[in-house]
Amino acid sequence: MNQDALALLHGRFGLDDRSLVATLDTALERTVDHAELFFEFGTQDAVSLEEGIVKSGDRHLQQGVGVRAVAGERQGYAHSDEVTLESLKLAAATARAISEGAGRTRAVAIAGPGRPARDLYPVALAPTDVAIERKTALLSDIDVHARRLDPRVQQVMASVVCQHRCVLVAASDGTLVADQQPLVRLNVQVVAGDGARREVGYQGMGGRFELARLLDPQAWQPLVAEAVRVATLNLGAQECPAGTLDVVLGPGWPGVLLHEAVGHGLEGDFNRKRTSAFHDRLGQRVAAPGVTVIDDGTLPERRGSLNVDDEGTPTQRTVLIEDGILRGYLQDRLNARLMGVPPTGNGRRESYHHLPMPRMTNTFMLAGPDEPADILRGVSHGLYAVSFGGGQVDITSGKFVFTANEAYRIENGRVGAPVKGATLIGNGPDVLTRVVRIGNDLALDRGVGTCGKDGQSVPVGVGLPTLRVNGLTVGGTAS
Amino acid sequence: VSGADAGDVVERALSAAVRAGADAADALLVDSDELEARVRDRDVEFVKRSRERRLGIRALVRGARGLRSAVTSTSDLSPAAVDRLAADTAALARATAEDPAAGLPEQPYAADAPDLALFDPADRDVDVEARIDAARRAETAARAADARIENSEGSQVDSSFAQVHYGDTRGFRGRYAAASHGLSSEPVARANGSMQRDHWQTRARRLRDLESAEAVGRRAALRAVRRLGGRRVATCQVPVLFDPVTAPSLLGHLVACVSGQSVYRGTSFLASRMGDTIASERVTVIDDGRRPGGLGSRPFDGEGQPTRRTAVVTRGRLASWLLDAYSARKLGTATTGNAARGPGGAPAAAPTNLWLEPGEATLDELIVSTGRGLLVTELIGMGFNPVTGDYSRGAAGLWIEGGEIAHPVEEITIAGNLGRMLLDIDAVGSDLVWLSRVASPSLRIANLTVAGA
Repeated sequence: MNQDALALLHGRFGLDDRSLVATLDTALERTVDHAELFFEFGTQDAVSLEEGIVKSGDRHLQQGVGVRAVAGERQGYAHSDEVTLESLKLAAATARAISEGAGRTRAVAIAGPGRPARDLYPVALAPTDVAIERKTALLSDIDVHARRLDPRVQQVMASVVCQHRCVLVAASDGTLVADQQPLVRLNVQVVAGDGARREVGYQGMGGRFELARLLDPQAWQPLVAEAVRVATLNLGAQECPAGTLDVVLGPGWPGVLLHEAVGHGLEGDFNRKRTSAFHDRLGQRVAAPGVTVIDDGTLPERRGSLNVDDEGTPTQRTVLIEDGILRGYLQDRLNARLMGVPPTGNGRRESYHHLPMPRMTNTFMLAGPDEPADILRGVSHGLYAVSFGGGQVDITSGKFVFTANEAYRIENGRVGAPVKGATLIGNGPDVLTRVVRIGNDLALDRGVGTCGKDGQSVPVGVGLPTLRVNGLTVGGTAS
Repeated sequence: VSGADAGDVVERALSAAVRAGADAADALLVDSDELEARVRDRDVEFVKRSRERRLGIRALVRGARGLRSAVTSTSDLSPAAVDRLAADTAALARATAEDPAAGLPEQPYAADAPDLALFDPADRDVDVEARIDAARRAETAARAADARIENSEGSQVDSSFAQVHYGDTRGFRGRYAAASHGLSSEPVARANGSMQRDHWQTRARRLRDLESAEAVGRRAALRAVRRLGGRRVATCQVPVLFDPVTAPSLLGHLVACVSGQSVYRGTSFLASRMGDTIASERVTVIDDGRRPGGLGSRPFDGEGQPTRRTAVVTRGRLASWLLDAYSARKLGTATTGNAARGPGGAPAAAPTNLWLEPGEATLDELIVSTGRGLLVTELIGMGFNPVTGDYSRGAAGLWIEGGEIAHPVEEITIAGNLGRMLLDIDAVGSDLVWLSRVASPSLRIANLTVAGA
């Protein structure tokens, strides 16, 4: 449950509101637009299984503070794993050196509200406080279950990763807020073998909720079955075709298409700097009619959700593309200020080691009118891609890739033979203009997404209804 | 913490782990400070400074059939916190399974302390303004290199110094200092409605070994400009050249398949191929943890084992895995001193400085001898499956026609199977350059599927 920020700060570090004001005052001894303290402490633990036994457990404790001074487009940042008034003032003096202006900025009054207005992920028991034996027992059960499902299962690798992160932001504009962020994740990877051939299947799930939910066999058994199904299915997969094809994407995790094709290109920093293929395109058509893309950090319990972002701004639902027209960018405070728009609660950072940047939360496309079965029936020759690994984008050229790990040929409206994984490549600014059918079956992913940008990783979510996109380049080897 | 204090923290962690019931333990303390700055156009975008100390503890607790193990880490180095963490580590270990292969290494520990030129004392008090000035010069050079460079993601510098202390309950104690300095530039070119970025970087243990800022900016700019006007090509099968920026990724995939953990797990398509011919005779791959000034050099590995030179592939024949103590035991052999270890994790096998031995031809000569094909200058995506060797990635580069560069290419994929690709390497260039710890000269694969229009 979220505590009041000041109570938390005092309990953890023995600091009070006067220390915050004194540190911000130090940062403000030069001309700066914004000064901010970002405190973080938390625990992450993980247990993992392979070869039938839980081989390792690990537990990591993290605490520290980052002090930032912003002057115009410049940012000074200093962070320390020591959280004392002396180290804070030293960091503040380092951060403010970025400013060339000698004038003192203004006095600071820390106002609050102290805790977020809502709690999207209340937990009675932090996942990192659950007894380790419950986690190791789950992994052993998963191993037994997977091997029982199919004799071709040769190797099971599974892990449970739990995190409990507390962040506290105090800033010169009066911001003071603390948020406690639980995060759990279960990963299951299966290697199946048949003769000389081996294939792998992966499934994972998680979110910001109590670990108890993952411990429920009704949650993890279907997940294990999926991993086994994909691994054994791929044992019979043929070469994937090469060339330009009409592609039907399944619902859920294939939403990674949106994350790569448009999401990154709509982050405020790239558009302020005009390095994104989408800059200056607000109000223009970037997708087919019917395509509406949302970034929403307020979905309860989702992996990509936050009560407040890492600058203390409440998260929100942001319409990026509405009925095919580009409507908005994702903003942190710096880029919002420089572009003259409100922040959107997308200022995120991996940890106190890092400067915040505009980042996605949960990014998805709204459902359309079409029956998924009808969408498939309409394709005479194409690819049906159901599950994906990761993706990547070059935001300047707009070219993006994502890699299918469960896919089938479509021939004359029928789903045919499974094909091996392959990378699909497209052009972000026009791929959504080639969407011709949108399913009525929007689904969000199972809670496994991690997004990397400029060396920083943050948890994210994606979602998609069944979607037909014409003319994507499919990187297989068969003609 | 001073060196002596850091040693005390390691001693304290080890004795607290033993007191808490650990039968064996090791501890690693990394104390680092870092500077990072970026200049974009004429302005400083950010300056970032940090000091970080992190202690990692591994505790091993004996059971009837083997050791149970756990790893923990913290940045709180107060005596009470270290004692508490060591006790937690032993308790956590008791919750894991007994594993006959777990344990500290049996082989002789590193006994020497070679000077690997991992830092220059003259760089110790790094001048922030001088580093920012280097970024500024790279940025200016990039923008001046061509009129079509009219924007950028900036030019960036970083410097870090780290002290590494390691000890274990078998009595090994080791420490070393290392630095890393980097400079990179990422300009954006624009013409006729097309916009392209690219980058170039230099990284070294000593500031004086960095490529000049002007050269970094210029090379980055030329790479970006030559991508302008890129187009797709028709789906085809052609010879594919990789330049020294993209070729190391192929070695990275090979590394994933020869690292001990993927071999004993059976998640490598090479797991049963030791001693076999797995690549063309032009392919010799070396790992050497003691290359002077190497970005992956260190006197001992994450388990106190001496680093060394290991031939991984010799003229096409698979000659050695890369191993830590655990994967070596699983495979019934000895560690190769390749245990990589940070405070936040257990040791795992990884390359130190790994490279493909260069051949004779320049990249220009390779382009001529290719006749018609593709030169790959950028790869995106993660389309490699180590279990099967299947390979499929997004690519951009330059089309080769009549032995000359014809036009830039983009929005294509290249696909094949790494097992076949290694055998199909029919040319290796002379242009080995160390952009990171894994390096390769240009190389050519005789035949790959290019998917495009």
